[in-house]
Amino acid sequence: MKINARGMQCPLPVIEAKKALKSCPKEEEIEVMVDNEIAVQNLTKMAVQMQIDYRVVSLNEHDFTVTLIRDVTPYLEENEEKLQSIQEEKEVQPLANGILKGCVLVVSSDKMGDGDKELGKQLMKGFLYAQTQLDHLPETIIFYNSGAKLTTEGSDSLEDLKQLQEKGVEIVTCGLCLNYYQLTEKLQVGTITNMYVISEKMAMAKKIIKP
Amino acid sequence: MEVAFGRIGSVLVKILEIIKLLPNKKKGCYAMEKEQYKIFCSSGGCAAKLGPKILGKLLHQIPKVEDDNLLIGFDHSDDAAVYRLTDDIAMVQTLDFFPPMVEDPYLFGQIAATNALSDIYAMGGQVKTALNIVCFPENMDTNILGQILLGGSKKVQEAGGVLVGGHSISDKEIKYGLSVTGIVHPDKIYANHTVKTGDMLLLTKPLGVGIVTTANRLGEASKEAMDMAVKSMTTLNKYVAEILQKYTVHGCTDVTGFGFLGHLKEMLGEEHSATIYSSQVPYIKESYHYAEEFFLTGAGQRNRNHVSDCVEFKNIPFPMEEILFDPQTSGGLLISMSKEDITNAYEEIKLLGLPCGIVGEITEKKEKSIYVI
Repeated sequence: MKINARGMQCPLPVIEAKKALKSCPKEEEIEVMVDNEIAVQNLTKMAVQMQIDYRVVSLNEHDFTVTLIRDVTPYLEENEEKLQSIQEEKEVQPLANGILKGCVLVVSSDKMGDGDKELGKQLMKGFLYAQTQLDHLPETIIFYNSGAKLTTEGSDSLEDLKQLQEKGVEIVTCGLCLNYYQLTEKLQVGTITNMYVISEKMAMAKKIIKP
Repeated sequence: MEVAFGRIGSVLVKILEIIKLLPNKKKGCYAMEKEQYKIFCSSGGCAAKLGPKILGKLLHQIPKVEDDNLLIGFDHSDDAAVYRLTDDIAMVQTLDFFPPMVEDPYLFGQIAATNALSDIYAMGGQVKTALNIVCFPENMDTNILGQILLGGSKKVQEAGGVLVGGHSISDKEIKYGLSVTGIVHPDKIYANHTVKTGDMLLLTKPLGVGIVTTANRLGEASKEAMDMAVKSMTTLNKYVAEILQKYTVHGCTDVTGFGFLGHLKEMLGEEHSATIYSSQVPYIKESYHYAEEFFLTGAGQRNRNHVSDCVEFKNIPFPMEEILFDPQTSGGLLISMSKEDITNAYEEIKLLGLPCGIVGEITEKKEKSIYVI
């Protein structure tokens, strides 16, 4: 069951969730969509008190989904598998399609290195092109700060990035940065992400490359 | 997209703690006493306060001006400013205003004024003059404003003060409060942070006002609970302050938007800790049950985020925790005094008729600021 509690003042999201918990069968998950962190905290506080498991998904800082799960058996099995697979793959091994699992390329600027700006831009363009020619590709490329200018309209690297994406490389750009440079509407390749995801991807990476 | 799991998946995913203070779009209304005029309650009294976290950060950026006569400024998050005029007289200044938390305009006026006047009493002062602060929609029935102002003036009068003017602007939603000036002897100021090890703490009004008004907004509060909340919110702290004149007060503050624990933490500063006896804390009894039903404000959660790192709860049930974090509108005084004084003061204050209690003691600084047992 889905509850859209966006725009509702606390404690209404919690009250709506409580009603749903009463009316829904136990095996059904209840998804509550809210637009602020405090509402998320109030919902998870309720879940802890009621000894219900929950999951929080944040798309961005105004968009959260709290899923309340009363029947946890399927999740326990799934998590055990994941944990096992993480423990097994300690080394960065290329997959069949050439992707290096756990390898993250972080592009924090539209320039490579310090020095002349124009040279920096040329170097970055060359670096991204070189990626397309490598045998082993990073699993994810994260673009933030002025790096966001590379995935948007007017970038010289769009073709290279699109090619990488076709080969299975995940391309993500920081949403806050796009917004700051007013480029949100001009994103040409990959998807928009947020600081949760960026932090998590970097924390979970086995290898980080930063040009 | 980040996925965070609860108990089941904590091994896999660390929940990244990102606390943001987002503006709350608040809707809804509270039940009312009289039928003729109703006001729309867009948010709940002191629950509409900005979070202490964001405020502390901003205040640090404002340059301080040195003036020997400024006895209390905003460096200790005190209730009001105190400025020495002569050796015997210091001026106490404060202002407070907020959107309605009850539908009855006359009652709202009384509550807002009681709340604003309270800061003078929390400093040990006497009320002298007050100015109205009004935000009111241009196209709304001005009789409503009349009722609000009448309620406010009644309380100023009861406080022994004179209403001398005010300022009003047109705004989308109603807000009302007072700017109050009082006087105090410069040697008899009750600062909030001058508590002493060995002191006991006295709380003069019941907690849970925020939870009860929230439950009321959802049509879930009993008449008894709401009556108690209204009685508490409209009772001037003046009468307690008069009793306190006979005793030596080491520290005093009024408990409002940051909740009991938030205001207590401000009193303790960096030099002291406190042990709170949860069984002695006065609260509106229905609020315990309403907290169990999760009639909880966003402001209460912000208070929790702000102080929970400094608090250790020892087997305290969840509803009691919530009551201790609950934002209060026009709450009571929290007073720190010696063991000898406090028993007598408590006996006198009890006779004023509101639930009150000796709720804890001040200790030397320990690892945590506050232990709730």
